[in-house]
Amino acid sequence: MNFKRMWALFVARNFEFIRDRAGFGWNILFPFLIVAGFGVMFSSDSRSEFKVGVFPVVPDQMVVTDLEIPERLKTYDYIKIVPFETYDAAVDKLLHHKIDMLLKNSGPKLHYWINASSPKGAVLEKVVKESVISEDMFAERMVKQQVKGKQIRYIDWLFPGILGMNIMFSSLFGVGYVIVRYRRSGVLKRLKATPVTAFEYLTAQLASRVWIMLCTSFLVWFGCDLLFDFQMEGSYLDAAVIFLAGTLCLVSLGLILACRGTNEELTNGIINFICWPMMFLSEVWFSLEGASEWVKSIARVLPLTHFLSAVRKIVNDGATLADVSSELAILLVMSVVFLTIGSLLFSWTK
Amino acid sequence: MQTSDTLDNTPSMSDPSIIIDVQNIKKKYNGHTAVSGISLAIAQGSCFGLLGPNGAGKTTTVEMMENIIDQDSGKIFYKGGPRNKTFNQEVGIQFQHTELLAFLTVEETLKTFAAFYDTPLPVEDMIALCMLENIKTSLNNKISGGQRQRLLLSLALLNDPDLIFLDEPSTGLDPQARKHIWEIIRDMNQKGKTIILTTHYMEEAETLCDTVAIMDKGRIIAQGSPQSLIDTHCQDMDGPWNLESVFLKLTGKRLRD
Repeated sequence: MNFKRMWALFVARNFEFIRDRAGFGWNILFPFLIVAGFGVMFSSDSRSEFKVGVFPVVPDQMVVTDLEIPERLKTYDYIKIVPFETYDAAVDKLLHHKIDMLLKNSGPKLHYWINASSPKGAVLEKVVKESVISEDMFAERMVKQQVKGKQIRYIDWLFPGILGMNIMFSSLFGVGYVIVRYRRSGVLKRLKATPVTAFEYLTAQLASRVWIMLCTSFLVWFGCDLLFDFQMEGSYLDAAVIFLAGTLCLVSLGLILACRGTNEELTNGIINFICWPMMFLSEVWFSLEGASEWVKSIARVLPLTHFLSAVRKIVNDGATLADVSSELAILLVMSVVFLTIGSLLFSWTK
Repeated sequence: MQTSDTLDNTPSMSDPSIIIDVQNIKKKYNGHTAVSGISLAIAQGSCFGLLGPNGAGKTTTVEMMENIIDQDSGKIFYKGGPRNKTFNQEVGIQFQHTELLAFLTVEETLKTFAAFYDTPLPVEDMIALCMLENIKTSLNNKISGGQRQRLLLSLALLNDPDLIFLDEPSTGLDPQARKHIWEIIRDMNQKGKTIILTTHYMEEAETLCDTVAIMDKGRIIAQGSPQSLIDTHCQDMDGPWNLESVFLKLTGKRLRD
């Protein structure tokens, strides 16, 4: 093992990444745009979960308080009232799941329609029924309790997922895809003709990508924090350790994909085949709470699951490294396994 | 150069003048025989040319000698022994098709490669030798084909190698650039470096090589000095005689892939 050679390769790869302005810019911009987009979508006036169509109403002239629908329904935070001039126009939207329920704006008796295949419609039906019953009827049998502890905004829960997803894409495409391209174009063959060993080359690639991803994640975090003022309950140092371990693990996975092959199209397909399920099953966007046990079992073998679990515990719940030691251990073991497999199977030319 | 048809699977230990000793190497790709039993013993300080039509097996042969691909059978010895870790320190290689890291400059590329070797030559000397001064700050993806060939040659010479493999080093170059490459190759050879050259240009082989071997269908079909091959194979032909006459006579005029 020769550190001079590894350092030269590390520096060269960093130059390659930074000078490729399109790739570099996208690595910063992509997570920033997603977080910013979600920040706007989930801001206070855009949090409607249900859409209720009302007809006949002239859209430009709608005054919600004047509508002849249950008074309480007009005040619910998570219901958005959508006006339609005619029944035909409204029911078309209902059939296409663009609204969840349709109400007729007339008379003392409430007429409503739902799409039988819409779960949201079924829930709304109960909500509408509840809205026409006096609240006193519940008072005897129900007591509302206050949730104790700090409530987390969705954007605070989502942000570590977006960063993790960006690291996953960058690790798999930035290492797996790039090394396969280097192999096809003869760059690796040229390196094989030098004293550089496979271990030195792979270590330098790994170190470079981990370093780059940590720097870009820091930049994205800093930029997004200025905009959204994220809640950080734990230690930044602990979070940095988990980010390091998670990035190391995902880059090592990228090295397995890069160990063989010269077909970029095939590599692209394989990376997508790994990335997309990992994105959905590792709770980047939504929790798997309540999902089938077999889905959770698959999620447990994915490195991103443990990475995001540990980051969220630190960022959202104020956990320490000791609290996330099991996730940390899994990430490190996976890294060693992936690196070993990648190194053993690596070929400069095939 | 010596050739050996009888093989005993031992290196030419008795002759220290042999730098690389190839013994009956064979290579197949997907059932197709690319190289079928080639033996060569190349003398230190010689300039050896490997000629042949497209698909003859030249590049496969050279890449087995370079230790880039493994032979299916046969043996290759370097300086009387197996090729070990020092082989890559002492050998310089210019491949036929190589891309370099696109976003490094020419000078950075040379410095990066210099770091791979224990005792590289000064990067400034290589820049001067291969006339790269005007493009040393240019990115690799911005230089012309001829400039790229000169850079690849400079990378092959950067470690002051004892043995230099050049796979079609002047392909695609204009006459001026080709002459310049020839001058560098001749200069290296005069300094005692051993050069193994593959080329499609018969004039190039005739000018630079003291020994050539002509390959076809994975075998060597003729070898010797350019003049001895002309003398042997052109007696019954109308003149003017040159290495191309020999090449066409031995490999035929049929178009190859």
